[in-house]
Amino acid sequence: MNATTLKDWPLWEVFVRSKQGIEHKHCGSLHAADAAQALHMARDVYTRRQEGVSIWVVPSAKITASNPDDKGELFDPASDKIYRHPSFYEIPDEVGHM
Amino acid sequence: MYTQSMDIPDAAEKGPPESASAASELANAFEARIDADGRIEPQDWMPDNYRQTLVRQISQHAHSEIVGMLPEGNWISRAPSLKRKAILIAKVQDEAGHGLYLYSAAETLGTSREQMLEGLHSGRAKYSSIFNYPTLTWADVGVIGWLVDGAAIMNQVPLCRCSYGPYARAMVRVCKEESFHQRQGYEALLVMMKGTDEQRAMVQDATNRYWWKCLAMFGPPAADSPHSALAMRWGIKRISNDELRQKFVDATVPQAKVLGVTLPDPDLKWNEARQHYDYGEIDWQEFWTTVAGNGPCNKERLATRVKAHSDGQWVRDAAMAYARKYRERTITEAV
Repeated sequence: MNATTLKDWPLWEVFVRSKQGIEHKHCGSLHAADAAQALHMARDVYTRRQEGVSIWVVPSAKITASNPDDKGELFDPASDKIYRHPSFYEIPDEVGHM
Repeated sequence: MYTQSMDIPDAAEKGPPESASAASELANAFEARIDADGRIEPQDWMPDNYRQTLVRQISQHAHSEIVGMLPEGNWISRAPSLKRKAILIAKVQDEAGHGLYLYSAAETLGTSREQMLEGLHSGRAKYSSIFNYPTLTWADVGVIGWLVDGAAIMNQVPLCRCSYGPYARAMVRVCKEESFHQRQGYEALLVMMKGTDEQRAMVQDATNRYWWKCLAMFGPPAADSPHSALAMRWGIKRISNDELRQKFVDATVPQAKVLGVTLPDPDLKWNEARQHYDYGEIDWQEFWTTVAGNGPCNKERLATRVKAHSDGQWVRDAAMAYARKYRERTITEAV
């Protein structure tokens, strides 16, 4: 997609940090002509009730996502590796919290 | 709301499934996920009919939010106090936001904002029939908050558990904000009921005009609702029209009593055996007339909406031109 020939405002993904110390979280998307306008609109749409202290906007087209068809190949190998979880290991009660 | 414009090959690029068995495997996986009350996300395979049903429902819902700004917008300049004006502006702004969340959710299904707006502006796409009635007095604004938004909330809360992820997430956000809409309307009416006889009469009159139309908002009984059965099967709709309507009636009767207004239905009475309120016959003829485009304000609403969109064209064009020039200048300076 050539941005200079775009007729409609492109799509942006909006991420909001709800307060200091919390990560930015995806909260929605919107159309805007450029990054500055996307930020302005994200502020008006997603933080009208003090939902955030910081906003990121990312052009949706710039996000590379994993293909749903690869879900098995990507994520199934982790399912039989239960030794990666602390609950896999039995520790005598008298050891206490570990 | 994850979008179609992410860098993933679309269905056309991938080509159709290689065989009939591959296609039925996809369908089985979809049905199994629905049966397990799982969620469907934009890039998952889904039947065409599921996609079309969602596009239709979500875009209609979005259009309703946008057109819904018009009857209330009429009262922004005439609100009785600065406080009520600020509240009304905030509410109307919320409706615009709700429209945006919903359009974005629909866009994840492969339709575009432009296509949806074209559907609305050409009169092809539907929106909630309730917004085709006039707002005659300030009491109408209160009644819209209390009854119209009250009915909308009944409808929308179950949609937070819709099987389609982006729609469900949009609805969570909408429902959080909608509660303020109903409460501010009810409170505005409470204030009027403490006023003069004339003000009380206005509240009663607005209630009389809106009550039956709010009951019709839930849509026809399941038997006459063309899309209900499949939408229930697919977890797009969770509770039937009649059941939601009953919940709304049961919730509203005590609220009317506290407010001190009479709901205009002689058949409205508590049914001990059913543990619900019975209510009278809804005029479906009027409902279908309005849906078909012949309600009192259909033409005015659509004309206002189309004019607002065309009047704003130069703003959208200017923003794009500015963004393009800015980008070009930045590139030139970098070189």
